[in-house]
Amino acid sequence: MNIELEYIAQQIVNGLILGSMYAMVAIGFSMIYGIIRLINFAHGDVVMIGAFLTLGLMQVVGAPFPLVALAVLAAGAAMGILIEKTAFRPMRGAPQVTGFIASLAVSIMLQNLGILFLTAQPRNFTFPDYLQKLIHIGGVSFRMVDLIIMMSALSLMGTLMLLVKKTKMGVAMRATAENIDVARLMGININRTIMATFAVGSALAGIAGLMWGGKFGQIDPLLGFIPGLKSFVAAVIGGVGSIPGAIIGGYVLGLSEVLFVGLLPPIYSAYRDAFVFATLILILLILPNGILGKTMEERS
Amino acid sequence: MNGIRSHLIFPALIICGIGFVAIARSMLDEYILSIINFVGIYVILAVSLNITNGFAGLFSLGHPGFMAIGGYVTAILTFPVARKSMFLELPQWLANLQLPFIPALLIGGVCAGLTALLVGVPVLRLRGHYLAVATMGFLIIVQVLIINWESVTRGPLGLNGLSALTNLWWVYLCMLVTVYVSWKIKYSSYGRRMLAIREDETAAQCLGVNIFRTRVAALVIGAFFAGIAGGLWAHLVTAITPMSFSLILAFNIVVMVVVGGAGSITGSFIAAIIFSVLTEIFRPLEEALSVYGIGEILMALILILILIYRPQGLFGGREPAVFHARHTR
Repeated sequence: MNIELEYIAQQIVNGLILGSMYAMVAIGFSMIYGIIRLINFAHGDVVMIGAFLTLGLMQVVGAPFPLVALAVLAAGAAMGILIEKTAFRPMRGAPQVTGFIASLAVSIMLQNLGILFLTAQPRNFTFPDYLQKLIHIGGVSFRMVDLIIMMSALSLMGTLMLLVKKTKMGVAMRATAENIDVARLMGININRTIMATFAVGSALAGIAGLMWGGKFGQIDPLLGFIPGLKSFVAAVIGGVGSIPGAIIGGYVLGLSEVLFVGLLPPIYSAYRDAFVFATLILILLILPNGILGKTMEERS
Repeated sequence: MNGIRSHLIFPALIICGIGFVAIARSMLDEYILSIINFVGIYVILAVSLNITNGFAGLFSLGHPGFMAIGGYVTAILTFPVARKSMFLELPQWLANLQLPFIPALLIGGVCAGLTALLVGVPVLRLRGHYLAVATMGFLIIVQVLIINWESVTRGPLGLNGLSALTNLWWVYLCMLVTVYVSWKIKYSSYGRRMLAIREDETAAQCLGVNIFRTRVAALVIGAFFAGIAGGLWAHLVTAITPMSFSLILAFNIVVMVVVGGAGSITGSFIAAIIFSVLTEIFRPLEEALSVYGIGEILMALILILILIYRPQGLFGGREPAVFHARHTR
């Protein structure tokens, strides 16, 4: 019985780690959707870029870990701005589906640029020893890096919420998400606000890439795709457009995915992706606004 | 004068096509022929997705999912009985069944259509890109199921050693039927209902169009032809694996429809030819220079440029004037 409990506790911890990463990526999806009604599929590939940048800086340049984290944060933001400026800004005002196809195109382009320059070969991703140290609490064990993932995810998400609630730019973001035309009439610089949204969301995605590499120990140019899709599912579960919703959705998805694999007989674990997307379709049909989303007319 | 010309243009094109097929089959080598076959299959895929996506405005990324269903059903039905018992564990009636190509192809198409009906009834309540995401979910679910249903599909290994039943005549015939049906739909009251829904759903509903039924029909018809294309594909490559029907394929077909101009049959037709020929040109180039992925990068780049500078596509939903001089006389 005790072992059973420990096993479940361990699964819950694993779920929370996975959930932290989903939440980090889902926030970007949600913010970008909230502000310009665009499902940005290139978002997952920013995760990939973050992971490779971490690898490059740590193993080739040999920079210290905190510096690497800062650089990845900045590079993620820069990537977001670049994508927005080159691909999405020229299309603003076009039908929603146009932006969606464009984001798929950007995603495929980034993946194949990755294959072109970095080859499709998976690479090993190792953190320094002090981050790999195992920690045991009760019967549950995890690595230092897992702890850092969870703590930094929570603190970054907290900071973001404060940013959106308290700062002038945060107010501008919320106003633009509410009604872009009225916001423009009130003198808000729409282009700058949208750019800031992309920057913040993509910075979090970049850091999620660092975490992804640290958690799974192997990265390749296609790694962003499925986690990106799943984080989108997380955003939908929480209610697209809501930041707390994205966080809750991320943890709900991470936990339920790990528990689905961990608690059911092993033959079902191959169906984990099918489970995630079946959940997505069910949520869209039953609870189209997610847990915390506001009513939006377009969805169903 | 115009009227006579437009009456003759379709038969003339069909006869040119027959001539082309006959000459190609007698003159060209196997490799070039297989490329022409692929181009034909891509035309079927693009023109059929154009019914779903172009006419009714249902942005579906599930097309390869329907293709996979049609492909697997056709492949299992044409598989020789002796080899079936060796590789697969099928129910008795299916294990002893071996059908000729065309009935198998049709059953594959019907199965794809039925799946579309099953999936469409719940999912078509969604709109816009939420529908796109749901159909993409459907595609991934189909892939996972095929990978895991090993007794019937052999999982990730796929079925290989299929008979090479697809030839240019069958591809041409299927292509003609797809284009014909799609043309008939576009200029029927049914097609106008689809277009009306795409343009303004509320207005269409006010005029008495049964929105839901029309949307489901558009998905099912598109899926039927995708299933046929899947069957042709499987018996052209003589193998079928779950990985062939990826999101990249879905994206490529969508690109063809968008670039051709959503709603334009001629547009999808021409864009499918251009893009599949380009891909075939890039492939040996990629291998020779060992720069993998450059083809996809260029495809994506072309798409982004077209979306920015000509969002309505090459033909903007219309057909070129030569084809309906009759209507404008």
